[in-house]
Amino acid sequence: MSKSSFIKGTGITVVTMSALAVAVSAQAQTLNIVSWGGAYSESQQKAYHEPWMKKSGDEIVNIDRSSNALAGLRAQTQAGNVTWDLVDMLPADALIACAEGLIEPIDHDALLAKSPDGTPPSEDFIEGSLDECFIPQIVYSNIVAFNTEMFPEDKQPSTIADVFDVENFPGKRTLMRKPINNLEWALVADGVAPEDVYDVLETEEGIQRAFAKLDTIKDQVIWWEEGAQPPQLLADQEVAFGSAYNGRIFNAMVNEDQPFEIIWDGQVFELDGWVVPAGKLDKVEDYLYYATDTQRLADQAKYISYGPARKSSAEMVSTHAETGIAMKPHMPTYGPNFETAIPKNNEFWADHNDELTQRFDAWLAQ
Amino acid sequence: MSDSPSTPLTTADGVPLKVSLRRAVRQSKLKALLLVAPLLLFLIVAFLMPIGEMLWRSIDNPEVSSSLPRTVVALEQWDGESLPGEPVYAALAEDLKAGQKARSLGLLSSRLNYEMSGMRSAVMGTARRIELIEPPYREALIDINDAWGEIDTWRVIQRESSPYTLSYYLAAVDHQYSPSGDIVAVPDYLQIHGTLFWRTFWMSGVITFLTLLLGYPVAFLLANLPLRHSNLLMILVLLPFWTSLLVRTTTWIAILQSQGVLNDMMVALGVIADEARWQMIHNKTGTIIAMTHILLPFMILPLYSVMKTIPPSYMRAARSLGGRAFLSFRRVYFPLTLPGIAAGGILVFILSIGYYITPALVGGQSGRFITNYIAYHMQTSLNWGLAAAIASILLFVVIVFYLVFNRLVGVDKVKLG
Amino acid sequence: MALPSYATRGERIWHYLFLSLCALIFLFLIGPLLVIIPLSFNAEPYFTFSKAMLQLDPAGYSLRWYEEFFTSPEWLNSIKNSFIVGIASTLLATVLGTIAALGLSSRHMPARGAIMALLISPMIVPLIISAAAMFFFFSKINLAQTYIGVVLAHTALGIPFVVITVTATLSSFDTTLIRAAHSLGANPTRTFFKVILPLVTPGVVSGALFAFITSFDEVVVVLFIAGPEQRTMPIQMWSGIREQISPTILAVATLLVVLSILLLTTLELLRRRNERLRGVTPG
Repeated sequence: MSKSSFIKGTGITVVTMSALAVAVSAQAQTLNIVSWGGAYSESQQKAYHEPWMKKSGDEIVNIDRSSNALAGLRAQTQAGNVTWDLVDMLPADALIACAEGLIEPIDHDALLAKSPDGTPPSEDFIEGSLDECFIPQIVYSNIVAFNTEMFPEDKQPSTIADVFDVENFPGKRTLMRKPINNLEWALVADGVAPEDVYDVLETEEGIQRAFAKLDTIKDQVIWWEEGAQPPQLLADQEVAFGSAYNGRIFNAMVNEDQPFEIIWDGQVFELDGWVVPAGKLDKVEDYLYYATDTQRLADQAKYISYGPARKSSAEMVSTHAETGIAMKPHMPTYGPNFETAIPKNNEFWADHNDELTQRFDAWLAQ
Repeated sequence: MSDSPSTPLTTADGVPLKVSLRRAVRQSKLKALLLVAPLLLFLIVAFLMPIGEMLWRSIDNPEVSSSLPRTVVALEQWDGESLPGEPVYAALAEDLKAGQKARSLGLLSSRLNYEMSGMRSAVMGTARRIELIEPPYREALIDINDAWGEIDTWRVIQRESSPYTLSYYLAAVDHQYSPSGDIVAVPDYLQIHGTLFWRTFWMSGVITFLTLLLGYPVAFLLANLPLRHSNLLMILVLLPFWTSLLVRTTTWIAILQSQGVLNDMMVALGVIADEARWQMIHNKTGTIIAMTHILLPFMILPLYSVMKTIPPSYMRAARSLGGRAFLSFRRVYFPLTLPGIAAGGILVFILSIGYYITPALVGGQSGRFITNYIAYHMQTSLNWGLAAAIASILLFVVIVFYLVFNRLVGVDKVKLG
Repeated sequence: MALPSYATRGERIWHYLFLSLCALIFLFLIGPLLVIIPLSFNAEPYFTFSKAMLQLDPAGYSLRWYEEFFTSPEWLNSIKNSFIVGIASTLLATVLGTIAALGLSSRHMPARGAIMALLISPMIVPLIISAAAMFFFFSKINLAQTYIGVVLAHTALGIPFVVITVTATLSSFDTTLIRAAHSLGANPTRTFFKVILPLVTPGVVSGALFAFITSFDEVVVVLFIAGPEQRTMPIQMWSGIREQISPTILAVATLLVVLSILLLTTLELLRRRNERLRGVTPG
């Protein structure tokens, strides 16, 4: 054996051993990921989970419990048996979970990938979207949509005020059985400027004004509680208008060819993102780094019309994976859609949700 | 038999009979108890302790005293008339600092927010900036959030520093503490639980009455048919009884909804126009129809077992004595069935006020019960103390009716099928 | 309930009116269960009879919803869970309940009424209350979101049924049979297996059936204390109904109606066997 081949030989051994070490440290594991289900989970499955499973050998189990995630985290933490590894959550819930110590604080710059041009995450994510324990994924929007077949062609609704105009736009409406969004829309329909909505709601007169406006359509409203209901009711023509998450309506329009249209006027938008249950950071670190990078967030927008939370991803948004239509005009953050948008004020709702929900329920029960 | 005290009866081995009997009784008592013991133990752990935990939760109030220990001590000296002094503010700053570090302020902020809207952001917002502030704390804290400059805030903190609270019970009956500590009703526009309790009771009353109205003739028929026939018809009563509750609820959705079987039939028959379909579900009507159907067997079975014991000769005797049919029914038969009516009525009523699934699925907005609100506070608002308080009140009502039922009928007389 | 020959015309009318009224009530009881059976064979994803169905056109009917049910991993997994939980809790409830019933039917049982009232209480306390209470307590002792937790909860709910049916059987039990067995030379073990057991078996089995169906049908407690791994069939149905009823749910419902018919038949046969053993013949 010559000297050079001996050196080569050891070199190979060293390489194999270090490959082995890598394989051991990143042993394939099962990740229990909690999300919202439906079209949204599917977009995560395609954009994040499937490529990651291929890459790492991990197995990902989807759990559709995000609507009750805070309760679930509390119960699991109290029981000392946290089975969830990563949770998709709204920032308002994340704020509470963070303050209760249920989820891990995140050092975004240390933990997440830079953008392709080297911008650190703290600058690449939308301004103000990074909370202490929260990693944003998308911007989604609460909108009102309508079934175009229920109105004459020359008289289609276009504003939030139209939703409250039963005379010119007759038909049942379906709205979420919560005060959130409905109070904002009632005020906008009543002439309050989108940027003043929460200032008005801070006052008793403002709340009364919002409820008075809701009173005008109360007997025309079917209240929904599950996100899947409004597209269904619209499709069955049981209602003419329905408030919904914009992605669900997009999904029905594009994948099921439903004759729906979105009223972008007065959309209430906010973020949605990941939180890591306390003690699970080590386990999901690698997945998080991968799933929140620029490419992955841009990929998700091929499947559902939610805007990526990274600026670098927003530029890469292209076409729908199945139908090839351009996605940008369907994004909440698209210029013309965004003109009268209302950023959801999470602090306002953190303070007033309990009381206003009770007031809303009492109003419903009248 | 002579039973003189001087010569007591003895058993074969010479032990006085009395002693021996007493010993035997004691032994079989012990044996009986030992047999029941495993089950009792099991139920204590799996059922009674949970109930106890729930009752405890409805008054448990640890948030303020455990998260703001220094503030609570400092507030002991406070007169409650004007804003507290600097030491109290310093204590609060200290507590918030520690709480922020330990991540234990979330529950506190929720708890205080139940008492006073706005406290969640007051606590959390202040805690986020607590590292930056410097004495004097009073000005610094008020500067961050106005709430710290209001006497009512401090009154709430002082009041809720006690380890137990009645607030959840007050909230469950639409009352609250006023800032000065009196118990007052919440404003009209916030009253919801009273409405729901009341609705639960009157709708359960209607359902009970309807099951009686429908169950009485059927039970009468079953009790007076030859056994061979009545056994066959009994199956028609027992089959729904044995069928999954969700299945029965589903069928009513299929039948009653606006695109459902009944409406389609009515439209096809020309009874109603296509645009004017009946709204029979997702409202009170839906809840009442579905629950009457679901609870009907619980009325029929006790009525039947009472009617079965009334000899038909009674009615015949009344008739032969000249009573007209209706009169003899009212005077003779009906009174004899009263125990059955009481048993079935209380049973249906108890089951009805505790129903959750059916009102949740077919009740819509106007047909939901207080139970739906318990679930709401458990799962959505996460106000577990309030959920526990509402549940405890409902439990109390159920227990009262259960005891009445037990007294009137005896639980061991309950028959199934 | 034959009409006496001396009945007047008015009484006759009244009699037939009464019978038709009863017929209507029976229809109300059983009709809804019968309606969903044909609906579950609907070829269209609708909730009502299509034209083709009404014309008895075979094209209007299909097994697609059954196929969807039997090929869906979620539904199949939920059935598996339902059987695991149902069988485990039935076994536990039956053993504990039967032993306790033996004690309860002893003449010397102290505080019988109070204990009985306690044992029956899981049946009376509204499920939502039990569910909330168990959620609080079980999460405290690390039993929430586990199979054991769900099984223990369902055992508690099934126990009243076992206790009621077995004590009812024992109360009609002729104790002289035991003495007869003793006097004929049988030892207690032999007496238990040869005399007591055959006579109480029907009661125990019907109690077990009740306990099983209670667990198999239970939604509320599972909704509160189970984790995603313990998703049972009722939970699967519940979320289906809440979001949007697909005809698959009607297929499941039909299968469950068939299951309840089977259980009811079993119970009826047991009852008859029981009566025969006691020498009581149905009239």
